[in-house]
Amino acid sequence: MFLINCPYCGERDQQEFKAGGEAHIERPKQPTELSDDEWAEYLFMRKNIKGVQFERWNHAHGCRKWFNMVRDTSNDEIKAIYKMGEKPPSQ
Amino acid sequence: MTKNLRVKSSEYIDETNRISFKFNNKTYHGFKGDTLASALLANDVHLVGRSFKYHRPRGIMTSGSEEPNAIVQVNPGTNRTEPNVRATEVEIYEGLEASSQNCWPSVEFDIGGINNFLSPFFPAGFYYKTFMWPASFWEKYEFFIRHSAGLGKSPTSNDPDIYDHRNIHCDVLVVGAGISGILAAKNAAKNNFKTLLVDEKNELGGSTIFENNEFNKIDNKTPSEWLKKEIEELKNIENLEIKTRTSVAAYHQYNYLLARENLTDHLEAKDKTNKIRQRLLKIRAKKVILATGALERPLIFNNNDRPGIMLSSAIKKYSEFYGVACGSKNVFFTNNDSAYESAMSLYNKGINVEAIIDIREQSESKIVKKVKEAGIKIYWSHSVVDTTGYKRLNSISIMKLSNDGTSVTGGKISISCDCLGVAGGWTPAVHLYTQSGSKLKFDEEKKVFLPNQNTSEQISVGSCSGDFKIDEIIKNLNQKLKDTFNINETDLDSIKVEIDQENSKRNIWLLPSDKPIGKTKPFVDYQNDATAKDIKLALREGFRSIEHVKRYTTTGMGTDQGKLGNMHALGIIADTAGVKMGELGTTTFRPPYTPLTFGTIVGRNVGKFFDIFRRTPMNDWHIENKAEFENVGQWKRAWYYPINGETMHQAVQRESKAARESAGILDASTLGKIDIQGSDASEFLNRVYTNAWSKLAIGKCRYGLMLNEDGMVYDDGVTTRLGENHYIMTTTTGGAANVLGKLEDYLQTEWPELDVYLTSVTDHYATASLCGPNSKKILEKIIPDLDLSDENFPHMSFKEVNIGSIQCRIMRISFTGEQSYEINVQASYGKDLWKKCIDAGQEFNITPYGTETMHLLRAEKGFIIVGQDTDGTMTPIDLQMDWIVSKKKYDFIGKRSLYRSDTMREDRKQLVGLLTDDPNIVLEEGAQIVSDLNQSPVEMLGHVTSSYFSPNLKKSIALAVVRGGKDMMGKKLFVPMENKNINVTVANPVFYDEKNERLNA
Repeated sequence: MFLINCPYCGERDQQEFKAGGEAHIERPKQPTELSDDEWAEYLFMRKNIKGVQFERWNHAHGCRKWFNMVRDTSNDEIKAIYKMGEKPPSQ
Repeated sequence: MTKNLRVKSSEYIDETNRISFKFNNKTYHGFKGDTLASALLANDVHLVGRSFKYHRPRGIMTSGSEEPNAIVQVNPGTNRTEPNVRATEVEIYEGLEASSQNCWPSVEFDIGGINNFLSPFFPAGFYYKTFMWPASFWEKYEFFIRHSAGLGKSPTSNDPDIYDHRNIHCDVLVVGAGISGILAAKNAAKNNFKTLLVDEKNELGGSTIFENNEFNKIDNKTPSEWLKKEIEELKNIENLEIKTRTSVAAYHQYNYLLARENLTDHLEAKDKTNKIRQRLLKIRAKKVILATGALERPLIFNNNDRPGIMLSSAIKKYSEFYGVACGSKNVFFTNNDSAYESAMSLYNKGINVEAIIDIREQSESKIVKKVKEAGIKIYWSHSVVDTTGYKRLNSISIMKLSNDGTSVTGGKISISCDCLGVAGGWTPAVHLYTQSGSKLKFDEEKKVFLPNQNTSEQISVGSCSGDFKIDEIIKNLNQKLKDTFNINETDLDSIKVEIDQENSKRNIWLLPSDKPIGKTKPFVDYQNDATAKDIKLALREGFRSIEHVKRYTTTGMGTDQGKLGNMHALGIIADTAGVKMGELGTTTFRPPYTPLTFGTIVGRNVGKFFDIFRRTPMNDWHIENKAEFENVGQWKRAWYYPINGETMHQAVQRESKAARESAGILDASTLGKIDIQGSDASEFLNRVYTNAWSKLAIGKCRYGLMLNEDGMVYDDGVTTRLGENHYIMTTTTGGAANVLGKLEDYLQTEWPELDVYLTSVTDHYATASLCGPNSKKILEKIIPDLDLSDENFPHMSFKEVNIGSIQCRIMRISFTGEQSYEINVQASYGKDLWKKCIDAGQEFNITPYGTETMHLLRAEKGFIIVGQDTDGTMTPIDLQMDWIVSKKKYDFIGKRSLYRSDTMREDRKQLVGLLTDDPNIVLEEGAQIVSDLNQSPVEMLGHVTSSYFSPNLKKSIALAVVRGGKDMMGKKLFVPMENKNINVTVANPVFYDEKNERLNA
C-alpha cells in the first residue's frame, strides 16, 4: 500500500488514488490526419516498463486532481511526483 | 489417572486460579496463565493431533506461533468455533473446549493411520501422479481426497462476535517485545518519537524473560531479572503505546502494516459478549523496527516426529515460564550450546535429564562444563538414528557420526526416554522483513538468511538480524538506534554484559541413519508430512527451482508456512544439488504471518454495512407502497410495484399499459447529474459528445452520446443549456462517477486551456418523471401558472419555475416515447414533490412504475440502454445511430476510431429488432442467434440484448446485436434453445410510434 504525496493535499494512503496508466502520451491534436497505424499507436500501445516508469495518478477520493508520478515498477519506489503540465524530472 | 507435571510455581501462572477445560471431550485442569499446550503438557498429554498425509500421531512441538502439530479446533460445534488454531497460542479459560483435527474417529485411534503403513505408496507428488487419469474422474477423486483430508471445520452459523478496524499513525513501530524490542521502543519513545510496541504474546519479554543461564549477566543480573526491571520502567514512559496479544500479519510497502489485536479470545464466554473480539490495526509508521526474534530449528533425523519430541527451547519455556515438565526422562539432541541451557534449567528444577547427544566433537563453554559437573551424560559426535514409541516417544537409538557427517559408524546405543529436546540452531524470523520487499542475504558462517537491503525506513534488531548473543544484541542495537534516530547517546551505552562464549559449531541439514534414506522418515515439514526423502525424490525427478520443489513436495505449505523446516529443505536441496544456499534463494514469505480470521479482515463491514448503498429521497414512499427493489450501481431503485399479489410480469404489464394510456410516474433521481459551467462549456460538450452543441439555445435540451477514444459507446443522456455558460448533463445511473472522472481527466490533462468547471449534483436533486398522455394535465394542476402549451414548452425544452415556494427545474424530455416531464427539485423536497404528483394524478389513475417498466417502454421505442444493449464493443454506427454522429465537427472523443478499418467493417454486430414468429414467445436475454440450424458447429451471429412482452403492442419484442444485422431486415433467423428452436424475424428496432407522434399528442 503506497503512501502517495499528492502535490495538492500531501501524503495520503494509496486507497484514495486511482492509477491512470502511462504518462506523457499526448492526445494527437489532429487525429484525422493520422493513419490507422499512427492512431493505433496512440490508442493502444503502452510501454509497461519493468523499472522506472512515468505514470498518471488521480487523487480520486480526495481533491480529484491528476498528477504525474515516476515509479520504479520493480520495487514500487516512488521517485518523484509532479503536477500535470510540469516538466518531468530528468533521471 | 492423569499425572500432574507441575514442577514449581511460576510467576506467570496463577495457581490460585484453577481452570477446567475440555480437550477431546475429556476434562482437564490448568491455571490462569496457561496456554492450552502448557496445560495439556502439565497433564502429560503429548498426543494432540495426526499428521496430514500419513495420519501419524503428533505431539506439541513448540511453544509459539510456529507450532506445526498441535493444531486444534476450538469450541467445536458452537458458532464461535475456529479451526486450525495453534494450541500453543490459546490461553485457557473456564469452559474452553478444543479437539484434535485430521483424525477419525479419534486421535487415539485414527483409521487414516493406515496411510502411515502404506507410505511407500505415497511419494512426493502422489496425488498429481495418481489422480491424473482418467481426467474426467478428477471430480470424484477430489471429493474423497478433500473428505479424508480436512483441516478442521469452519463454523456453520453466523459469527456472534464484533470485529473492528483502527488506523494508527506512529513515528516508530516496534514489532516484538523481546529484549531488543523493549530497548528499542524505550529509546525511541525517550527521544520523543511517538512509538507503538506490539507483541503476539500476552506478556512482554520474549525468551529473555526466562533466560537465567548463570553465565550470562547484564549489569550483574541474570538477563531475566534485568529485563523485568526494564519492563517495569516502560510503564512510566510517555509517547509509548504497548499492545500485547497483537501479532503483525502483514508488512506492506511504505511501512504499512496490518496487525491483529486479540481482545477477548482469552476470556470466558460470558465475558466475550458485546465486546470487540479482534481489532485489525492498520498501521502506517514512519520507521519500523523489526525485533521479531528467531525460531529454533529442529534437527532432521529418522522418525523425528513422535509425540514427546520437542524443540529444546520449548521445553525450557514450559519449565521456566509455565512451570511444567514436558517429560520425566529427558534427553536433548543438539548442534549448539542452547540445549545445555535447557538441560540445566530442567536439572535445577529437579527434572531428570538422562543425556545430551551432541553432533559436535566438543564444546568448551561454561554451561557445558556445568552440565558435565551435574553428571549428565554427553555423547559427543553422536546422532540419533531412530526413535520408537507410537503415541509417545519411549526410546531413541544413537550412533557415532563419521568425521564428514554423512554416515554413522560403530554400535548402536539405545536410550530410553519420554521426551527429546532437539536444538538445531536458530533461524531469524525474517518473514515480515521480506514481506516488505526487502532482500535477504545468506550468511555462510551462521547458516542463516539475514536482512540485507531495506526498501523502506526500517531496521531489524536482535536475533532476527542474526545477533543471537546478548552482547552482540546490545552492541549492535545501540549502534542501529543511534544511526536511525540520529542521536549520540542511548541508555545502552553504560550497560555491562558478560556472556558465556560458544566456540564450537557444526551444522548437518540431514542427519545420517544406519538405514538407507528410502527406509527412513526424516520429516522436514511436519504438518504436511514432507520428508527429506520426498525432497530428494523431487530433485531426482528433475525439479531444481526451490519454488517448484516446495509445491511438488508441499514442503512449507501448511498453515505454519514452513516456519520450522524451510531452512532444512533449502539445506538439503543445496547439499543434494551441490549448490550454495545463497544461490538457491528462499521461497517467498507471504502474508499473513499467522492466519487471520475472516471477521477480522472485514471488520464492521458485515450485514447491511457489507456494501454501501444509496437510496433516493422518495425511498420511503416506495417502501410504503410495497415496491420491489433492484440494485443499480450502488442505488436501490424501485423495480416494480406489485398490487394484490401480482407477479412481476403482471405488475409490469399493468404499469406499462397505464403509462401509455393515461399517466405513469418514475423516480429518476438516480440519474447522474453533472453541473457544467464556464466560458468554454459549449466547446467542451462539442468535444465530449458525438453531436454538435454550439447551436443549442438556452432553455433547450439535447440527447448526447459519449464515446471512448476507441470509438465505443460509453454513456448517454440528455444535457440542458441553462444559461450562456451553464449546462446540466445527465448520465446513466451506473455511469455517473466514471463519466465525471473521465471528463475531469480530459479537462485537466488534455484541455487545461478550457475554462470549464464540473460539479457532481446527482445527490442534490430529486427527480420525478411524469409520463403519458395525461402528464400535461397533472403538471397543470401542480403548477397552474406555467404555460404548458407546445409552443411555450415544446418537447426537448426546459423551464425553471416554482411549485409554491419550491424552486424546480422541469425538462420536457422522454425516455418512453410518451409526452413526459422530468421535474427536479432540491433533494430534501423530493418526497413532497412525489406525493404532490401522485395526489394530482389520482383522477388520471397515475401509476407509479419502476425500472422494469421503464426498460420495457423504452424497448418498445428502440431506445438503447448503455450497458445492456451495448457492451463496450458497439460504435454508434453499430447501434444504427449514425444520425447522432456529427460529420461536420473536426474532432470529438472517439471520432478518429470510427474510421479505423475494424470499426468500418460491414459485418460487425449491429443492433436490430427481433420479432418472434409466435408473438407469445418471449426470448431470453442473452440467447444466441443463428441463421442455419444444420450447420455444425453452428455459427453464432449474435445475441438477444433486451426482450419483453409488450402489452401495448400485444406481442413479444426484442432488441439484439447481430453480425451484419443492418442488411438483414426481414430475414428469418433462429434462436436455438434447450428444447426448441425459436423462429424470429429481423425488424426495425423502433416497434412503437415510429413517427414520434405521441410526444406531442
